[in-house]
Amino acid sequence: MARVLMKGNEAIAEAAIRAGCDAYFGYPITPQTELLEYMSKRMPELGRVFLQGESEVACINMVLGAAAAGRRVMTSSSSPGVSLKQEGISYLAGTELPAVIVNIMRGGPGLGNVQPSQSDYFQATKGGGHGDYFPIVLAPSTVQEAIDFTILAFELADKYRNPTMILGDGSIGQIMEPVELPEVEPKPPPKPWALTGCQGREKNIVRSMYLLAGPLEARNIILQKKYREIEANEQRHTEYMLEGAGVVIVAYGTAGRVAQTGIKKARDEGILAGLFRPISLYPYPKDALSSLTDQAKVFLVLEMSAGQMLEDVELVVKGRVPVDFQGWLGGRVPSPTEVLEKIREMADKYTS
Amino acid sequence: MPEGKIVFKQPEALEDVPTHYCPGCTHGIIHRLIAEVIDELDLREKTIGIAPVGCSVLAYHYFNFDMAEAAHGRAPAVATGIKRVRPENVVFAYQGDGDLAAIGTAEIIHAANRAENITVVFVNNAVFGMTGGQMAPTTLPGQVTTSTPTGRDVKLAGYPMKVAELIAQTTGAAYVVRRTVTRPKYIRSCRKAIKTAFETQLAGLGFSIVEVLSTCPTNWGMSPLEALKWLEDNMIPYYPLGDYKVIDEVEALA
Repeated sequence: MARVLMKGNEAIAEAAIRAGCDAYFGYPITPQTELLEYMSKRMPELGRVFLQGESEVACINMVLGAAAAGRRVMTSSSSPGVSLKQEGISYLAGTELPAVIVNIMRGGPGLGNVQPSQSDYFQATKGGGHGDYFPIVLAPSTVQEAIDFTILAFELADKYRNPTMILGDGSIGQIMEPVELPEVEPKPPPKPWALTGCQGREKNIVRSMYLLAGPLEARNIILQKKYREIEANEQRHTEYMLEGAGVVIVAYGTAGRVAQTGIKKARDEGILAGLFRPISLYPYPKDALSSLTDQAKVFLVLEMSAGQMLEDVELVVKGRVPVDFQGWLGGRVPSPTEVLEKIREMADKYTS
Repeated sequence: MPEGKIVFKQPEALEDVPTHYCPGCTHGIIHRLIAEVIDELDLREKTIGIAPVGCSVLAYHYFNFDMAEAAHGRAPAVATGIKRVRPENVVFAYQGDGDLAAIGTAEIIHAANRAENITVVFVNNAVFGMTGGQMAPTTLPGQVTTSTPTGRDVKLAGYPMKVAELIAQTTGAAYVVRRTVTRPKYIRSCRKAIKTAFETQLAGLGFSIVEVLSTCPTNWGMSPLEALKWLEDNMIPYYPLGDYKVIDEVEALA
């Protein structure tokens, strides 16, 4: 397969097209706008739907309509815009509609800045909108992963009839890297529940309202059962130099990528450090992380936030091993040297 | 013996179930008109409806065709999403005045201005019905509601929103009219307008909307008959019935 140089945002758009995305609805916001621009050119060329909506609120509800009509559909935005989409994501979850949402995170809160950040972890992985629900969340650390996970996101969304999010940061969106674009034969499952017109069958209704406590509870029990199934089957992570590592870094996305360079430098110095990098942030890769508590002397959580994934790590580790943390809050990617210094500190404190 | 001929029956597009609407509420009449038109145009099997948030949220239990529920005010966006990926289907949104004229103003204006090829039936009863009779954007000056206990003070709460007039200003709208259903002649005229709105969509002419002045006896604190009279005496002068925008291509359909 030929390698091509692509920007993260454009690579995600092309991957979505290859995954059989029938419709895209979006609104410009830095640092994800190239995704929208790419779609505006390519989707009409392919005879597919592109629409720039009047707001992120409108776009996510257009997504809901297209998903209800049985099509593969995507929207993308960045942090403030994704906040606006939370209403629709809750309805997608409540009505069990498959859709892919891309969040190329920027610094917050409020308008923050347009630099890379990971401070939407809570919003992405704990539901984000109202009600008891979880979107599936995948976190790429390279442009190639952004492509692969986007294709996977469409599959998982359809498989579980659930909103699925690509959670990248401004760095993933803006960076250019050589990538391989796989040929995909999209095979969406049959969607007998979709709104297509009721010819030859009973009418279909797409709804999330259940006025009485009993029916709503029954509905929520069904949803929760699905989330347990997702948690059992879809935990994903990758590891780097974990052999013999006493200092186990836990970091995802761009922070994980930088940590890898820091770890290599630490290993050159003889420090036994390694990386556990979650790929699925929901479901969190609890089982694999938990199994590392026998070997780890310390878990060092690195995030471009004030410490959000940190809470999930602490929930898994349950006090069996110390958990330490360093975060970067300005909308900034840490340098490998900063990571190396922190690893040295951890080695001194916990392994000597 | 001569064979019997059916001259009147329940529309197939309407389920044979009791509705939850209050006595004297005109939602029932408007549902019926939509169902009759859908039957007449033989559209039931290709229609996809959108129910709003408000009293008519349960419309999907009453209409007998595919339907989606939308978040409050978002029905035009949901309809847009459906219609864009299924242009072969007939897509309409049913919205109340809180839904369309308050929280959903952005979605309705932009759907109209994009010439989105959908149909909207907009039920204006000058009040938030489902939540118990609070002020809507369409509440008349001086009108008492549970959130304007001394009457709507326009200096404080602004002015009633004239939706048909507003939508008529958008370049993309093809058919914009206001009707009511307080008496048989108005009901016939409303039915005709709903039919024209669907025909506008079938001909691919763009956005169509029928605003229907409607009663809410329960929240207005009136008997059904008093409510019909109050509507005619107070709402029609502020919200005149009529055609606000009918493009030539729609005129030519008649």
